[in-house]
Amino acid sequence: MASHSAVLSVSRFMSPFWGGHLGNTVKVFGTTLTSHRTKVTLTRENIPPPAKYGGRHTVTLIPGDGIGPELLNHVREVFRFSCVPVDFEVVHVNSALETDDDMNNAITAIRRNGVALKGNIETKHTLPPSVKSRNNVLRTSLDLFANVMHCQSLPGVQTRHKNIDIMIIRENTEGEYSSLEHESVSGVVECLKIITRNNSLRIADYAFRLAREQGRQRVTAVHKANIMKLGDGLFLQCCREVASGYPDITFDSMIVDNTTMQLVSKPQQFDVMVMPNLYGNVVSNVCAGLVGGPGLVPGANYGQVYAVFETATRNTGKSIADRNIANPTAMLLASCMMLDHLKLNGYASLIRNAVLTTMNETRLHTADLGGQGTTSEVVQSVMRVIQSKGQLISEL
Amino acid sequence: MMMIVRCWRPVSGSMKSLSSSSRSLWVNCAAWNKRHMSTHVTIPPPARYGGRHIVTLIPGDGIGPELADHVQKLFRFCCVPVDFEVVTVDSTMASEDDISNAIVAVRRNGVALKGNIDTNHNLPPSHKSRNNLLRTRLDLYANVVHCQSVPGVRTRHRNVDIMIIRENTEGEYSSLEHENIPGVVECLKIITRKKSLRIADYAFRTAREKGRRRVTAVHKANIIKLGDGLFLECCKEVASGYPEISFDTMIVDNTTMQLVSRPQQFDVMIMPNLYGNVVSNVCTGLVGGPGLVPGANYAEDYAVFEMGTRNTGKSIANCNTANPTAMLLASCLLLDHLKLHAYASMIRGAVLSTITDTQLHTADLGGKGSTSDVVQSIMSAIQSTGPHTLGAYNKHIL
Repeated sequence: MASHSAVLSVSRFMSPFWGGHLGNTVKVFGTTLTSHRTKVTLTRENIPPPAKYGGRHTVTLIPGDGIGPELLNHVREVFRFSCVPVDFEVVHVNSALETDDDMNNAITAIRRNGVALKGNIETKHTLPPSVKSRNNVLRTSLDLFANVMHCQSLPGVQTRHKNIDIMIIRENTEGEYSSLEHESVSGVVECLKIITRNNSLRIADYAFRLAREQGRQRVTAVHKANIMKLGDGLFLQCCREVASGYPDITFDSMIVDNTTMQLVSKPQQFDVMVMPNLYGNVVSNVCAGLVGGPGLVPGANYGQVYAVFETATRNTGKSIADRNIANPTAMLLASCMMLDHLKLNGYASLIRNAVLTTMNETRLHTADLGGQGTTSEVVQSVMRVIQSKGQLISEL
Repeated sequence: MMMIVRCWRPVSGSMKSLSSSSRSLWVNCAAWNKRHMSTHVTIPPPARYGGRHIVTLIPGDGIGPELADHVQKLFRFCCVPVDFEVVTVDSTMASEDDISNAIVAVRRNGVALKGNIDTNHNLPPSHKSRNNLLRTRLDLYANVVHCQSVPGVRTRHRNVDIMIIRENTEGEYSSLEHENIPGVVECLKIITRKKSLRIADYAFRTAREKGRRRVTAVHKANIIKLGDGLFLECCKEVASGYPEISFDTMIVDNTTMQLVSRPQQFDVMIMPNLYGNVVSNVCTGLVGGPGLVPGANYAEDYAVFEMGTRNTGKSIANCNTANPTAMLLASCLLLDHLKLHAYASMIRGAVLSTITDTQLHTADLGGKGSTSDVVQSIMSAIQSTGPHTLGAYNKHIL
């Protein structure tokens, strides 16, 4: 694992010298074993779906901590009920252990299957700082460079702002989350924030391609280049370069503090937003709060070859774990995104419609939306809606 | 291996500043300790010559000059014993003479009122943000933004009353960046024990003085373990000395999400520089926008007052549509700092009554009023309350 990460980090530094090609080759050699996945293509639609054995897909499932295990159980229930041809390979990660074995197993499993659905793995503050955040390790090892979150106002959820439709594309592997810190003089800590040209171009390219595919009109880059001139300046420059290749899409930029202020007063002005890691964290949480909370929004992490789906705001939800009050919507919608990725669009729309019907029409809301429903009631309601559509289901 | 080698390079860059600061720390240790003990209210107010204070005024760019003008007009009208020493800073020039003059002026007078100075992106990166230079050179370590719901302004959230205390001199704003390898930029975020203790101490003292119950530290220590971990540790140490104030912590992403759903749960918040920037802008947006909230920057010996969200407002400059409230409330904070409380309450009362009673709102609050209308209304409100003002005779020459 250490040598592999060294290969990746070396490739990041080597690629500026020898152009993108050698860097990409080094990355691919280190990360994949099967030949069909070395087809590094542009849009995620052109990557051939993972192998189906006997017509069934295998997906890695990482339950995580807090509300993760119970929500993922519900996902499995709904999938079995709807006869979705997906089998889950469950890999547990114990967040209390200091060794990386669990995490390595999980990463290997994802490499094997290509797709994963995960709950958030807790980062225990009592462990020494050398133990890095497991979620972060997963994202960087698999090079899941794009975190995509689509915040949409749901008709059935009452919020202070209406008609929000923002797509947030966040760089997922570098920036402030490089976990490079040191205390060279006692009492003085230096944290490194890394911005590279390669990764910035890559995420900008992803953002514009996605905007074009989804028919979006405007991309906004969020930055703090008036203070971090070199770092965010480089990011902005890369975004502008890529923007020049997409004349049909308007590109503008906004400083992060102004962005957050505009988001709380007039969020309808935003369309697609692209930004480095930390601002992405803050902005996506603000948007999630605006559309109704962490229980509603699913998130996806895409790499060139792998995809991992989870709830957008990556909450562990320790305080509501095992009490049957968590909102399963985010996790169910994330599983629908996963089905879309596996090209099982029929099943994806079926489950998504059922979830949205439950949310909007029957108004069965859990406690985080101000309702009285329990998690199992919501899931039962989803299954009833699926049953009423008349498709093949299994008896539970 | 390469990672370790890389780590040494940024150290050499910042070691110079560190070694010089540690040397000065040794020299000034005793003095620093003594000063560190005192609260900002026991610092004697700046000298008054002939009973009048002198305050540095930096108009800045965008809407700064016109708003500063209105403040001067209003102070003259109310006969406030404050004279302004105006120092203009030209943001287009590459040399630092202007800002150095301004800093000398602030050092001389001890107090300043400023508009935001534009940071031109087209100049090379060696040209640092002028506002940042002012804050670091004067060591204005605490930025205090008090976001309160104003009764006359309709917002989606009510009863918001949050005091944000933000570390103002280090963190992500150290302006230490370099590009060792082309295409790879490293930005240093510095967190030091000394400054974290200082800001935590300031926060708890202020909370105690204002009778606040709860201090929340905002951080991202699950990812930035050493840096924000150190910040949190310092806050916890200081919190143990204030048992009557409850202390808790929250990760910045959760904080912003809670702020947009339930901001009433927060009381006093303390955080490093960048999170402070984001959180104060979110809170400002919640109470009605950048035109309403004043901000204050405090050092051990100096104080600089400005608008809470530090906007230049270039797009609305000289259109007579800017909201003067934030700047006028900042000037009231200034008067409070100079112990001219009567004048401060008078002007503050007039400003708030203009917003609340007459409902004269500028464009940013959805109204049609112009800046001068609002200022005139404030002056009428002051005149009607009775204290000595420059009468109608003098109004036309102001």
